[in-house]
Amino acid sequence: MSNAAVLHSNIGTMHDDHSAHHEHHHQETFINKYVFSQDHKMIAKQFLITGMVWALIGGFLSVLFRMQLGFPEESFPWLEDLLGKWWAAGGRITAQGYYALVTTHGTVLVFFVLTAGLSGTFANFLIPLQIGARDMASPFMNMLSYWFFFAAGVIMLASIFVQTGPFSGGWTAYPPLSALGDASPGSKTGMDMWIISMALFVVSSLLGGLNYIATILNMRTKGMSMTRMPLTIWALLFTAILGVLSFPVLLSGFILLIFDRNFGTSFYLSDIFLASTNTALPNEGGSAILFQHLFWFLGHPEVYIIMLPAMGMVSEIISINSRKPIFGYLAMVGSLFAIATLAFLVWAHHMFVTGLNPFLGSIFALLTLLIALPSSIKVFNWLTTLWRGNIRLTPGMLFAIGFVSMFISGGLTGIWVGNATLDIHLHDTYFVIAHFHLVMGVASMFGMFAGVYHWFPKMYGRHMNNTLAYIHFWITLIGAYLIFWPMHYQGLAGMPRRYYDYSIWESFKQFSELNRFISIVVFITFIAQLLFLINFFYSIWKGRKATNLNPYGANTLEWTTPINPGHGNWPGEIPEVHRWAYDYGKDGKDFITQTTPVGEEESTEHH
Amino acid sequence: MSTVATAQPKLWAGGKSPFNVEYGKVMMWYFLMSDTFTFAAFLIAYGTVRFSANSWPDPNEVFNTFPFAPEGVHTPLVFVSIMTFILIVSSVTMVLAVQAGHHNDKKAVVKNLILTIIGGALFLGCQAWEWTHLYHEGAWWGKNPFLNADGTAPTVNFTNFFFTITGFHGFHVFTGVIINIIMLIMTLNNTFEKRGHYLMIEKAGLYWHFVDLVWVFVFTCFYLI
Repeated sequence: MSNAAVLHSNIGTMHDDHSAHHEHHHQETFINKYVFSQDHKMIAKQFLITGMVWALIGGFLSVLFRMQLGFPEESFPWLEDLLGKWWAAGGRITAQGYYALVTTHGTVLVFFVLTAGLSGTFANFLIPLQIGARDMASPFMNMLSYWFFFAAGVIMLASIFVQTGPFSGGWTAYPPLSALGDASPGSKTGMDMWIISMALFVVSSLLGGLNYIATILNMRTKGMSMTRMPLTIWALLFTAILGVLSFPVLLSGFILLIFDRNFGTSFYLSDIFLASTNTALPNEGGSAILFQHLFWFLGHPEVYIIMLPAMGMVSEIISINSRKPIFGYLAMVGSLFAIATLAFLVWAHHMFVTGLNPFLGSIFALLTLLIALPSSIKVFNWLTTLWRGNIRLTPGMLFAIGFVSMFISGGLTGIWVGNATLDIHLHDTYFVIAHFHLVMGVASMFGMFAGVYHWFPKMYGRHMNNTLAYIHFWITLIGAYLIFWPMHYQGLAGMPRRYYDYSIWESFKQFSELNRFISIVVFITFIAQLLFLINFFYSIWKGRKATNLNPYGANTLEWTTPINPGHGNWPGEIPEVHRWAYDYGKDGKDFITQTTPVGEEESTEHH
Repeated sequence: MSTVATAQPKLWAGGKSPFNVEYGKVMMWYFLMSDTFTFAAFLIAYGTVRFSANSWPDPNEVFNTFPFAPEGVHTPLVFVSIMTFILIVSSVTMVLAVQAGHHNDKKAVVKNLILTIIGGALFLGCQAWEWTHLYHEGAWWGKNPFLNADGTAPTVNFTNFFFTITGFHGFHVFTGVIINIIMLIMTLNNTFEKRGHYLMIEKAGLYWHFVDLVWVFVFTCFYLI
């Protein structure tokens, strides 16, 4: 039997099976509906809520270390009661506690929140719904993907509570600090758990990514050609490809690190004298820079793994709420492709000051600055989509516009730090902190908020409270700028990142007021996030019920499913697609869904 | 089926797989790409460390014996050539198994799968012998008894990379053998017969060929260069 025959028989049975599916559903127990669910929508919610828990933890860690940075002289006795002596002896965050906090904050936010929480949630939720599939290609692998992520989370969480503390050498885990248990308390058990957790995370991301790719390529409904896919799906496809190709390199790097830590090898170690034990180590011939290459070969694509899903959702939300077709659909796809490709060619711009050959530095600077092109194409297209649109400022839309704002603000400083020469001054200063927090941290969080507010009615069949959402938006937007904007000035003045206490430095004393100000804004902004959490969980059970199948007047397929779709998404046949997803305001019609056949009188551009 | 040809012009239009394969194969190909990056990262790491060293042990001196060889007989790379030959032959038998699967020929599938499994197991056995032999010569992670080709003292990274990378490859072969055993059991249980196709064998085959291909690179990097 040929491949083709197998395929066609599969597709045939899928249609037949599911038309009868909803009437006599296989018995659902609590376990297989909410815990070991294989329904992509439930798995998406699992990723989302787990991601939210991690965001809360990661955010709270930043509140703690901002207390130290903003109020280095004061002590808060309740901190010792809460955290214990290891973290906060005498009510002051200890140095070891501080480094543990910043490291865990970075790791958790980058990987657990903005990778798993963002693409885990929306790839799972949107891919089958928007391309017209019953579920993922392999629901079982999808379930495994979540549980590997969960296990990674459990181990990371446990590492916070071990006696020697969690890993505290920065989220980039550079050796030799990360390789030598004697170098720092966090590099003992905490680091072993950190690596195991990250290895599990790589497995989770691989299982998820393979599924997303196979689903998008193979399971599109009839008529859903690649160029009719919503931009969310294009973005998620490139995200998945980036993940599948870059995470394995990180895994290789980690495997070598595990050997260096536990089996006496010297892949990353050479000529080291350890002050803490007063010994010269026998390791020779390795290279600490090698780890940086392996790490950043993932690390840079990782930035786009975080960015692209947000970009895709923002494109979709802006178009819907401007009641206009997205400007330059193919340019949007092309720029996503360009960003995904360039992502693999720029990693050494994190390493300009490692002694990299200046000639190589100039090549990596050139390639890095090239990313400005597709990025500006995207920004231009978002702005032109908004231009003269009939704009509805829903919470989702506000966060989408906020995303564009953050992306511009943070992106412009990318041109600074992407220069090999400027980077000599800016490297490892607060300027870099400001840059990447705005452009990928806050921007992607905004993308995630936009997605949650926008698709909440599809997820839970209810609406979130708009008033709370508006308050949440404005505090978060203003807060984010007030926190990170001043850091540019600190960085330009040479204030290095990862210092425990700046008040003892003559050159940085001038910033103590500013640091205090930033810390206070952090506390307020963090509390404002609780509004979102309250809104979210309250609305799941008590929110206003969605009564409209298509509350936003959107074109995409997810709004053709019932308000609370079952496993299988469509009760009858999967609808056929006849046009692209962006026919808003065409021929005087407000919107024309993708399932509407092209009329005879209709103007011919795009379908 | 003969109706496929009519659908050809609209490969990407949705409602069918553009590559005419089911999802598992798409996943397998992407997984293999992913794994390629894992091995590439290892081999490039090895390359950079070796390149930055002044000298390196000569593989002809290190790998110069085989089991039950009389004392003093120098047979550089003979044993590893045999290992490589075994692995490549196992790829041939895998191709035959896949081919037999296309014709729904259960008997031939079973025969060739068994041969492939034997090939894989033999390779692993050879590797185990080689590792044991090197271990008895004093080589292990963090220990390197072999002098550089120019007679200078070596770094331990020769053995570090050798054991890590061949070990990681061996782990892949081991996984492949397990997969093939599962395929064999499923074939014997008529699982594929009932399904009407032997696509799983094809996917296992893709993995097996990949593992063989990786060995060609590992072999080149550690034994030839």
